[in-house]
Amino acid sequence: MAKRRVVLTFPPELTEKPITYHLVKDYDLAINILRAKITPGEEGKLVLELSNGSAEMIEKGLDFLVKQGVGVEAVSREIFLTEEECIHCGACTAVCQPGALQVDPETARLRFDKERCIVCELCVPACPLGIIKVLF
Amino acid sequence: MAKTKTYEEINEKIKSGKVTVVTAEEIIPMVKEEGPAAVLEKVDVVTTATFGPMCSSGLFINFGHSDPPIKMAKVWLNDVPAYAGLAAVDAYLGATELSESQGVVYGGAHVIEELVAGKKVTLRAIAGGTDCYPRREIETKVGLEDLNQVYLFNPRNAYQNYAVAVNSTGRPLHTYMGTLLPHFGNATYSSAGELSPLLNDPYYEVIGIGTRILLGGGEGYVAWEGTQHNPAQKRNENGTPMGAAGTLAVIGDLRGMKRDYLRAAVFHRYGVSLYVGIGIPIPLLNEEIVRRVGVSNEDLTATVYDYGVPRRTRPNLGVVTYAELRSGEIKINNRRIPTAPLSSLYKAKQIAAELKERIINGRFLLTAPVAKLPFRDGVKPLREEVK
Repeated sequence: MAKRRVVLTFPPELTEKPITYHLVKDYDLAINILRAKITPGEEGKLVLELSNGSAEMIEKGLDFLVKQGVGVEAVSREIFLTEEECIHCGACTAVCQPGALQVDPETARLRFDKERCIVCELCVPACPLGIIKVLF
Repeated sequence: MAKTKTYEEINEKIKSGKVTVVTAEEIIPMVKEEGPAAVLEKVDVVTTATFGPMCSSGLFINFGHSDPPIKMAKVWLNDVPAYAGLAAVDAYLGATELSESQGVVYGGAHVIEELVAGKKVTLRAIAGGTDCYPRREIETKVGLEDLNQVYLFNPRNAYQNYAVAVNSTGRPLHTYMGTLLPHFGNATYSSAGELSPLLNDPYYEVIGIGTRILLGGGEGYVAWEGTQHNPAQKRNENGTPMGAAGTLAVIGDLRGMKRDYLRAAVFHRYGVSLYVGIGIPIPLLNEEIVRRVGVSNEDLTATVYDYGVPRRTRPNLGVVTYAELRSGEIKINNRRIPTAPLSSLYKAKQIAAELKERIINGRFLLTAPVAKLPFRDGVKPLREEVK
């Protein structure tokens, strides 16, 4: 199953129009909102994960967004953990609400599940060793 | 009469390769299933350990004399000030001291980590100049091999239990207990629980002044009671304290320590600290000691405090067990709060295993305390003069 993460930028005039609705209805995509900042009358930002369709349907859905005037960028940032430097303290897990960073109860080692990471970046300053970075 | 053992008997067994050692985790099911008397028969030593951020840590250094000599009045190591109000070339570098050029990203702990990793650091010192010490400034590079004495002396390590921190306010708090999310969004704690040294010796019967320990992966000793040592903390029926209680001042040669067990840390918008690894052996001298090392995370509790109230005495929100804390969630006033540790259980397990190895291989003998840690009343607050 194809999966894409994108950052959508909505110009002010579009923030009050139902648009993501069409991704579901017309392109049969499952959308997972990872982050959203929408204020009527201002530019809006939405970070989405699109799945449930073929790569082709995702492309078509994104083309539709572009035609509507929505800015589409791939999520290029990702969280990177220098594992060999990690002391497995677990301080980063305190701020990781999606549970991408967890201390494995069996091994007591830190586990980083990239699939669950929404790149909120809260773990970056929370790591006392400074070994969690955002890569662009 | 119930069986007892002496330090001498256990050390003889270590020397002859006949000693039986288990970790403080491994002993728990043994005590539960077989009982203290049977365990005392077959096990001689239990190893405990912890690996957590311990701010009250630092390094004594003697630099040796330059030619012409200098009576160092102010000293910096990689731009981190060290206290030099001692003899001419003695200094003390505190772990939390910050770099004068880099600020809150680099401090004394980082200098300690670089030295233990075998790197050289820049020493800069200034002085007024005297007849016997005419020199007024010096700048050079020094590493472990260049220094005379270089030993950790940590005034407060290995806290016997600690608080659980939560945040009732509407904004995130950046504390020495990590990032506390608003509206009770998380709870952080910092103890090795059932592996923790002083939770396995709640009344300081075998851990005392002179006890040989593993400090930063090298050999060290308990030097004194730690600062804020507070045996008067409220205790559970099994004798373990429900919050911060006893502490240890420890000492050990930085040479022989390893970077794996001494790591510099930066707590966001709080400051620099040093993760210190400590392992302490507990000789099983009698059944009472066996019973005490048998405590598990289910039997150990910590008290939850609201760090949203920035006062000396913070609101106490209840008591939880380490088993609950380790489960990833606690319940406070019917609210489920996700938990996260600050001290590394993984590293604590490693240290307990390493100490066990050393004892089994005859490379680590036990010492009886030369004096006991005091068992007196609590900690005084700092009172201010009324003007």
